[in-house]
Amino acid sequence: MSAGVELDHITVRFGDFTAVRDATLDIKGGEFFSFLGPSGCGKTTILRTVSGFLEPSEGAVRIGGQDMAGIGPNKRPTALIFQNLALFPLMSVAENITYGLKVRGVSKAARQKKADDLLEMVALKGQGNKQISELSGGQKQRVAIARALAVQPQVLLLDEPLSALDLKLRQHMRNELRQIQHMVGITFIYITHDQGEALTMSDRVAVMTDGVIHQVADGRTLYDEPATSFVASFVGENNPFPGTVTKAEGEFAVVETGFGPLRGRNPQGLKPGARAVLFVRPESARLGPGENGAAFQSTVRSVAFEGNMSHVFLEGAGKKEVIVTVSRNTSAHAIPGEGTRATVSYHPRYGLVLPEEKLARE
Amino acid sequence: MSSREVTILVPFMVIAVCWAMARWETRRFHDASEKSFFERNGRALGLTFIALVGFWVVVLVALPYLYMVVESFHPTLRPTDRGGSNDTLTFAQYKSFAKEPTGNGYNTTHMTALAFSLLASVTVTVINLCICYPLAYYMAQVGTPARIRLITLGLVAPYWVNEILRMFSLRLLLATGGLINSLLIAAGIIESPIDFIGMNVGLYVGLSYAYLLVMIFPLYNALESLDKNQIEAARDLGAPWWRIHKDVVIPYAKPGFASGCTMVFMFSAGALAAPQFLGGPHTLWFTSVIYNFFFQAFNWPRGSAYAFILLAVCIALVMLMLRLFKVSLGETTK
Repeated sequence: MSAGVELDHITVRFGDFTAVRDATLDIKGGEFFSFLGPSGCGKTTILRTVSGFLEPSEGAVRIGGQDMAGIGPNKRPTALIFQNLALFPLMSVAENITYGLKVRGVSKAARQKKADDLLEMVALKGQGNKQISELSGGQKQRVAIARALAVQPQVLLLDEPLSALDLKLRQHMRNELRQIQHMVGITFIYITHDQGEALTMSDRVAVMTDGVIHQVADGRTLYDEPATSFVASFVGENNPFPGTVTKAEGEFAVVETGFGPLRGRNPQGLKPGARAVLFVRPESARLGPGENGAAFQSTVRSVAFEGNMSHVFLEGAGKKEVIVTVSRNTSAHAIPGEGTRATVSYHPRYGLVLPEEKLARE
Repeated sequence: MSSREVTILVPFMVIAVCWAMARWETRRFHDASEKSFFERNGRALGLTFIALVGFWVVVLVALPYLYMVVESFHPTLRPTDRGGSNDTLTFAQYKSFAKEPTGNGYNTTHMTALAFSLLASVTVTVINLCICYPLAYYMAQVGTPARIRLITLGLVAPYWVNEILRMFSLRLLLATGGLINSLLIAAGIIESPIDFIGMNVGLYVGLSYAYLLVMIFPLYNALESLDKNQIEAARDLGAPWWRIHKDVVIPYAKPGFASGCTMVFMFSAGALAAPQFLGGPHTLWFTSVIYNFFFQAFNWPRGSAYAFILLAVCIALVMLMLRLFKVSLGETTK
């Protein structure tokens, strides 16, 4: 039922512009896989290449082990849910859902049965005769899912389908999508620029920027062990301290930053002299003295109180402010007032040294 | 007072009635917080608006047609007898379309002319639809902006050439001694020239060409707003290309089809130049009949009666078609 998707050294070019560069991936059958990246990173191009609307300039797409070259979107075992859903406005809900079956010549009775089953599954029982314009945003969403599932695809492709919904509904639909995936058991490939969506729903996430896949991993690994500076700065909040590696000692390295030498783990074994960025997550930093080489002084600019925690914004070495998240347990009176000097420190184990490259835009 | 003079009073009477009704409504339901027309626009500007719209509606639209309606209910008389005791209202002109006033037979000549005109106009509409749909679809959904500009220019530029020149050059091309026949004979495909003009090929080509833009732009307009994702969604769900057109594109563009077809049909049924210049020697176009009544026979009453018959039949046919294809009249103006 569910087929894996293999991307074998895919490159997609539009004229001089390379939208996707040498992407290789192996998505397992039944996996919930997400592509995460800022807009224009090439994630939609990958989706269109898998669905068959685009042919890769180089490389091959294999679905269930079968090469898809020259096979059009109407012949592939995939179904796509569009960002704007693209429901047919002149057809009823049931006609929308069963359109894929109608073009396959399925009998009217069988289509009716299928429509009823799917409507029940997406909690729209008895609403098959409604017009699309009569539905709410969340209901349209469900119809789009039902329409795609009706053709029994082996791979369901979702192009930011939740982006048009409001926050509450979006969070609700996340759970619902996950449940539907468990129910039907087919491969889901999900495109999003919203890391919350990607991290909560997916088994694995591919983080992309500028047409390049930076890292493929589960959410926890992406957050704790980002492979590149881009991933470190894009997934979750992070404080970057760019500089030059001055010392590499075992697992750790020292980076000469705008705040002086700071220490952190050096998973990629960067050598002295290399340009690097030291990352410290706001919740890993604290206000107060720490060990030498893992602490620096700065001035508090502002404090944002958020109930269970507060974000303290301090003057950075560059343009970007340093953020320290102080949890409620650390007692609020410990937070220094605006304009005062404070020491920021962290455990060197929570500092991460990665090679310098373009960071995610703020 | 003769019926012709009464006619002139009709629009003014209608205006007077409407004005009285408006006054009555104002007095009963007027919401004082709402500004009146003159309060909003000022007296001078307000009067100017009313005068301009009034001139347009009364003098340019209502009166001429009303006058023609009245004319069509008058008998055919010599100019000296007009307005005399014989000049009474009559259905004679309309009856003459069915039965010749002289003799007892049915007026088959004119009925055939009307039938042929309508049939030929339908044919022209269908031809134009077949040509324009693919082109409009390409322009609206497929082509790059540069390509679309080029096509639009290619479509519009030939219309800078005046109609007479276009018609006669077509005639030269299709004549028995014309370019196409000479080429076919030279190539050995045919031995004697084909009488394209006599077969009305010129008529169909000329009319189709004359109203090509009238078809293509409503279609383009309707197709252009179709979300590309709709097409891709249908394709992704497994539909072959012809089904996508049948199920998604054409239903969406239906108002455009209706608008384009209505206009091409109306225009070609009412065309005068193309049928006269390009029609075969045995082809009688209904508008030519009307033209002849006005300018050859100086029989205005009968001419205007025939013109109204044409108008009524055309409207009836269009309404029937709209009903058949389930398009409301309002949609065609989108």
